Amino acid sequence: MFQIRIHGRGGQGVVSGAELLSVSAFIEGRHAQAFPSFGSERMGAPVMAFCRIDDKPIRLREPVLEPDALIIQDATLLHQVDLFNGLRPRACILINATKGADELGLAGFARGIQQYRLHAIPATDLALEHVGRKVPNVPLLGAFAALTGVIGLPSLLQAIREKFPGPVAERNVAAAQAAFDLASRAREAVDA
Amino acid sequence: MLKQIEGSRAVAEAVALCRPQVICAYPITPQTHIVEGLGEMVKTGDLAGCEFINVESEFAALSVAIGASAAGVRSYTATSSQGLLFMAEAVYNAAGLGLPIVMTIGNRAIGAPINIWNDHSDSMSMRDAGWIQLYADDNQEALDLHIQAFRLAEELSCPVMVCMDGFILTHAYDRVDVPTQAEVDAYLPPYLPRQILDPREPVSIGAMVGPEAFTEVRYLSHHRQLRALGLIPQLAAEFATAFGRPSGGLIRPYRTEGAETIVVALGSVNGTIQEVVDEMRAEGTAIGSVSILSFRPFPLAVLREALRHAKRVVVLEKCLAVGLGGIVSDGVRKSLSGVVLHGYTVIAGLGGRAITRASLRKLFEDAGRDELQQVTFLDLDADLVSFELERESRVRRSGPTAEALLRRLGTVASRIG
Repeated sequence: MFQIRIHGRGGQGVVSGAELLSVSAFIEGRHAQAFPSFGSERMGAPVMAFCRIDDKPIRLREPVLEPDALIIQDATLLHQVDLFNGLRPRACILINATKGADELGLAGFARGIQQYRLHAIPATDLALEHVGRKVPNVPLLGAFAALTGVIGLPSLLQAIREKFPGPVAERNVAAAQAAFDLASRAREAVDA
Repeated sequence: MLKQIEGSRAVAEAVALCRPQVICAYPITPQTHIVEGLGEMVKTGDLAGCEFINVESEFAALSVAIGASAAGVRSYTATSSQGLLFMAEAVYNAAGLGLPIVMTIGNRAIGAPINIWNDHSDSMSMRDAGWIQLYADDNQEALDLHIQAFRLAEELSCPVMVCMDGFILTHAYDRVDVPTQAEVDAYLPPYLPRQILDPREPVSIGAMVGPEAFTEVRYLSHHRQLRALGLIPQLAAEFATAFGRPSGGLIRPYRTEGAETIVVALGSVNGTIQEVVDEMRAEGTAIGSVSILSFRPFPLAVLREALRHAKRVVVLEKCLAVGLGGIVSDGVRKSLSGVVLHGYTVIAGLGGRAITRASLRKLFEDAGRDELQQVTFLDLDADLVSFELERESRVRRSGPTAEALLRRLGTVASRIG
């Protein structure tokens, strides 16, 4: 089972992000469960959502306490929420930022951060460029597909097209594709 | 057809496939998405032959459903928490009149303090109102139970509540198999009411009944529910044949063969319990679990059969009978009359507190050593409780309890579990 925790703020599409992940996995014939943290969601308030993906039906109903991947949609949450709580070794961390881990000062937040694979993705910039709104969720999912391979890009794009109406879907598809390409290049650079 | 959809959407689609003719509802979290979905389907015409009636309160919602049902049409509503309490008088009336309304409860705590999250306090408060109460383990079951519920309600002329955990199920995206209209039509025939308000053949429904027959009216309600003990497994079996998957029934035993410890619970927590049972079974611990799917009628006989060979029974409840302990435990103990074993009540998941594998694991290990109190509050913050008790003993005008606890805790936004 692969477990993902998404952190963000109300209005950034955290819950939709988890939903899109689960639909992408479903399209690939896998079992998936997505659910929000059930807070009193308000614009700007810290929000969490979770997604589990597995090859068999998922019975577990606890929040994702030990994520294999963490998607952080808003870097300012570092000061407010215990984001790295329960993170599994070698977990993949995607953070919406234009700076790297050192510049973000992440070492102060996560002990042993070097044992994680941390990737900064300029998701808000990509969203503004392609979608025209500050919704970093879809670009982060594109990067997630590239960096983890847990879901494929084609199924993510199909999930986006199923969720959003025509033109909005295509703008989000472009944002996901751009983030996927960016993250793929970054990954190749690391691997090389 | 397999779909990856929200639990509320799955239920809305199931209800629509049952061809309701009147739906009336008033929004309340976490049930709202269900009736929003149905409202949309009525508006677009996807759900034909149905009138969606917006009302000004939950009391009106169920009252309109009562009127519609008495006029001979298939009626549906849904609510949660305080909404169910506001309906209370009509809840009793629907059952007393024997009207086969189906109502979804998106289970949520009851205030004060105000809390929108999941537990079973709402539906449990209406457990003796005369409705049949079914509890879903997961979203597929929530979907399936609605189809069975209309059939059950109409065969018995008795209203049915389908209870599903608020947020945990209503807001979770899961894979569900949504049947076709033809499949549902073959299982659920058109509604043939036993009683109907018809100007051509006028009758009264809801007459005053004195001591001469009130007991008999009540006895017949009880009798109907006892009949349901036979009908519920029968309808579940027919459902399994027609739809190709098991769903519903009275109880669901899980790995109870040879189990020394058996955990009993209602609703979605059974999934997490089964995970822990598998973990502990793999290590050689003789543990199993039983999910109660029908809480009213209460399945005394089958439960007794499932539990009587155990050494101990742990009843995990998402509801508290203040001053007593458990509610489900009472029924479980009644089912075990004369059987000697240890019985433990565990209050868990109140107001949305997460019930984790780790906590359950420790709980079941303690139970296995018979080191549990008769009533245990899972993951109770004992320090917080002591702090408040001490504070209240010091200060006469100690002020409101809930606010004092929150001040002591400070910000909770940083918590994960």
